[in-house]
Amino acid sequence: MKIQRMSQVAALALVGSLSLAACGSDSNSTSDSSSGSASGSSSASGSESAAGGGEDCGKVAIKAEGSSAQKNAIEEAISSYGDKCADAQVDYNPTGSGAGIKQFIAGQVDFAGSDSALKTEPKDGKIEADEAKKFCGSEAWNIPMVTGPIAIAYNVKGVDKLVLTPEVAAKIFKGQITKWNDPAIAKINSGATLPASDIKVFFRSDESGTTENFTNYLNKAASAVWTDEKSKSWKGKGEGKEKSAGVAEATKSTDGGITYVELSYAKDNGLAMAQIDNGGGAVELTSESVGKAVAGAKQTGEGNNLALKLDYTTKEAGTYPILLVTYEIVCSKGKDAEKQAAIKAFLKHFASDDVQKGLEEIGYAPLPDEVKTKVNTAIDAIS
Amino acid sequence: MSTLDTAGGASAATTRSEYASGDLGGKSAGREIKNQIARIVVWGCFLIACVPLVWILGSALVKGGHMLLSPDWWSHSQAGITARRVGGGAVHAIQGSLIQALVTALISVPIGVMTAVYLVEYGRGKLARAVSFMVDILTGVPSIVAALFVYAVWVTTFGFQRVAFAVCLALMLLMVPTIVRSTEEMLKLVPNELREASYALGVPKWKTIFKIVLPTAFSGIVTGILLGLARVMGETAPLLILGPYTKNIATNLFSGNMATLPTMIDRDRTEALQPAIDRVWGAALTLILIILILNLLGRLVAHFSKVRN
Amino acid sequence: MSSSITGVSAADTAPHGEDPKSALEGDRASTGRLGDRLFGGAATGAGLTVIALVVLIGVFLLSQAIPSLMKNEVNFLTSREWVPSGDHPRFGIALMAWTTVISSILAMLIAVPLGVGVALFITQYAPPWLSRPAATIIDLLAAVPSIVYGLWGLQIAGRYFNPVGNFVTDHLGWLPLFKAGGTPQNTIAFISLVLAIMILPIVTALSREVFAQTPGPHKEGALALGATKWEMIRTAVLPFGKPGVISAAMLALGRALGETVAVMILLSALAPGSPWSWSIFNGGETFASKIASAAAEFDSPQKTGAYIAAGLVLFILTFIVNAIARIVIERRKAFSE
Repeated sequence: MKIQRMSQVAALALVGSLSLAACGSDSNSTSDSSSGSASGSSSASGSESAAGGGEDCGKVAIKAEGSSAQKNAIEEAISSYGDKCADAQVDYNPTGSGAGIKQFIAGQVDFAGSDSALKTEPKDGKIEADEAKKFCGSEAWNIPMVTGPIAIAYNVKGVDKLVLTPEVAAKIFKGQITKWNDPAIAKINSGATLPASDIKVFFRSDESGTTENFTNYLNKAASAVWTDEKSKSWKGKGEGKEKSAGVAEATKSTDGGITYVELSYAKDNGLAMAQIDNGGGAVELTSESVGKAVAGAKQTGEGNNLALKLDYTTKEAGTYPILLVTYEIVCSKGKDAEKQAAIKAFLKHFASDDVQKGLEEIGYAPLPDEVKTKVNTAIDAIS
Repeated sequence: MSTLDTAGGASAATTRSEYASGDLGGKSAGREIKNQIARIVVWGCFLIACVPLVWILGSALVKGGHMLLSPDWWSHSQAGITARRVGGGAVHAIQGSLIQALVTALISVPIGVMTAVYLVEYGRGKLARAVSFMVDILTGVPSIVAALFVYAVWVTTFGFQRVAFAVCLALMLLMVPTIVRSTEEMLKLVPNELREASYALGVPKWKTIFKIVLPTAFSGIVTGILLGLARVMGETAPLLILGPYTKNIATNLFSGNMATLPTMIDRDRTEALQPAIDRVWGAALTLILIILILNLLGRLVAHFSKVRN
Repeated sequence: MSSSITGVSAADTAPHGEDPKSALEGDRASTGRLGDRLFGGAATGAGLTVIALVVLIGVFLLSQAIPSLMKNEVNFLTSREWVPSGDHPRFGIALMAWTTVISSILAMLIAVPLGVGVALFITQYAPPWLSRPAATIIDLLAAVPSIVYGLWGLQIAGRYFNPVGNFVTDHLGWLPLFKAGGTPQNTIAFISLVLAIMILPIVTALSREVFAQTPGPHKEGALALGATKWEMIRTAVLPFGKPGVISAAMLALGRALGETVAVMILLSALAPGSPWSWSIFNGGETFASKIASAAAEFDSPQKTGAYIAAGLVLFILTFIVNAIARIVIERRKAFSE
């Protein structure tokens, strides 16, 4: 019987540890925002100044799902929103744009994050925009919130500055140019000493909005070389790595590596980024050059539906052409007033100057002023 | 020689021919060298096998050890903590992992123990053979297949959300066979005399099993459960498919997301920043420790039960 | 406890109808009592649940895979394409099957000799005080979660494999099997190594168990005839344990086939349309890693169905491998009794 008691003790210990764990706390806002700013965080300082703004806080928890490209951005926003509104919980699950829209239409999440606006043409017999409208009982709006530039990041010893044209980039990613000292690269990089080593291309092995936008760019800007339509799965050459972290990490550890990846990952991994020459001169990836591209985009939606059409072939000087815009997809008029108010409060915070400026430090570009004005108007109109 | 023949077959025959060619008396130098080489190789195998364990545990300790020393780690969640912010803890993930393990055990233990009772005490003939065969097949079902199955039932067919309970169902598929096998071993060890004595006193069979057989095997069953728990707690694939992560503490099995240690590792491993890397290894170390403790606890219970047998 | 990885129930060994125990258990004496019927029914119900679960896995996977397979425009078994979405889905498993099978077999080829060596160490060579702790240490390898193996391989161990891999491809690259492909740490060769470590505890635990059961007279007889320790092992222990080792190898193979996260983290995917390569210094995707990395984008039934079809193939593969393991064990039991 002694043994029996022993195992009962063991079982008790298990249950005990569980109930002990149940004493945990979600409130990291007060104690941890200070430690956060001590470690050089941008969000904490940004949020403290916003705290005096007296904006409304949501009263109910909201759930969102979608694009992983905006993951870091929305997490910063949720973090600083939590500092300001301790009780307003926002949970974002970065499972991918497609999954986000699907969950939104099914009414499982309160808003979706997507790298492309709701489609207005039929796919598999259904039109996304109409489906969303059916669920909301009102029009669903695409609100651009985060602009994520895609960097062509590389790792070549001794090459700090690299210029690429769409054609050369497409040929590299198609496997038609295989050496770093290929005449085609040398021609547009006259000053650089290019090694004779192999070019090692890394691509995303999982389906991703980043791949979709990058292949869209290559297809639009270098249609002669890149003949495949845009797609979420890679159609070029190279070695596939899992997620943005995988391609960035692989490029970092491989001499001669090159990849396409969101700016934040290129920055975090300390990778060099190519300048893009779309025909109007080489352009470095900066928040200004990206902002110019967003500002130059055409609005395809009507009124407060701010679906944008980016011009990948732009030849305007100082405009960085490879970027994706992440939309928050919301019901313009919702069934649950408290939920809508909470969504509105959070998006308002997300679009605020402090948050948008903070995004710049983590590798996103802030919304240009004219777009931001439209975005704010749209958010105000949510009811 | 006859022993060698029946046991050895072909290899015994070669040994014999060696005997014939060499000197039959003492062990020749060649054979002695072979013997020493074998000794070195076998020791070498063991030492080589130890290398990865020491290496992995060592790196987890070095890279994640300091995280576990902070009291926040055991008392706070990651709510509002981003990749570049230090702070917060893992309590949401630890709690989620424990809750899911416990619920999985609550579903699996009755099925597993009763199946074992069936196999040892009741089952005869074709049906019992089929059950025993299926237990082995279930043992070999990859966790990703278990997860896909639950996805096909829970999400595609019924249209439910991906929630913690679905994860528990997938883990249940992995835990049941472990419990069946270990319980079965233990029930078989229960001396038949105990059963006979009970029947002789006119105690019905079900009461004999319930009051005599199962309690006698109790510690062994607990060991099986603990080892089964240790197996399912480290599973990541079902969580990737069925159990979305959240940074907040969650206790609802049927709605919303629930964090677990493997998904916490999975989320933060995609970051190249130091605070996230620290958390990854901290969570990895925490997970290894929990599994180690369950394992050792299971062995301890088994050890003491053996003394009694 | 490690013996519980697989086993044969009493029902399997006792010939039908002439079970020596049944007379003692009072089966008949107790029939008719309500409690007995309920309890017996519950036990049988639990057993049936287990059968039902395995059958349901097959049925559900098949039923969701069929609609997608019907729409598939290429041969599911032989095609190397994987475009499961859109109006013209084209998906086949040839590449995944090759990567899964070759990496698992390689892992088995590494793990089995090593595991047998370790098991021999524990049962025959280790000093008594070391035997139990040594067994525990190896079992603890199974306590390390798959995702941690992945992280360890990616961030820590991988870079030490690169020079080894490069050496092999430089000197043996003329063989199709060793043709240089991607960075060695992202190739099938390296994941085979990691998988081998992960399945080592299974091989060791089962081999250890059968080696320990070698009948004393066999061993003593060999030693009495003047055999050295190694000759005793070769002539008595190994032949006796052979079926056990074979089934251990099969079970380990089954586990390696289904390993997911470590493979997903470590292995490079191949670009679509890459030429076929027999090289193990090449990337690829296994069934499990492909399914797991796509899990976030299961956004249409057709696409989900394609991945479920791949999962079904994996299920069938592991089913076969585990069934073989069981048959080998059963044969041995029948032989030794």
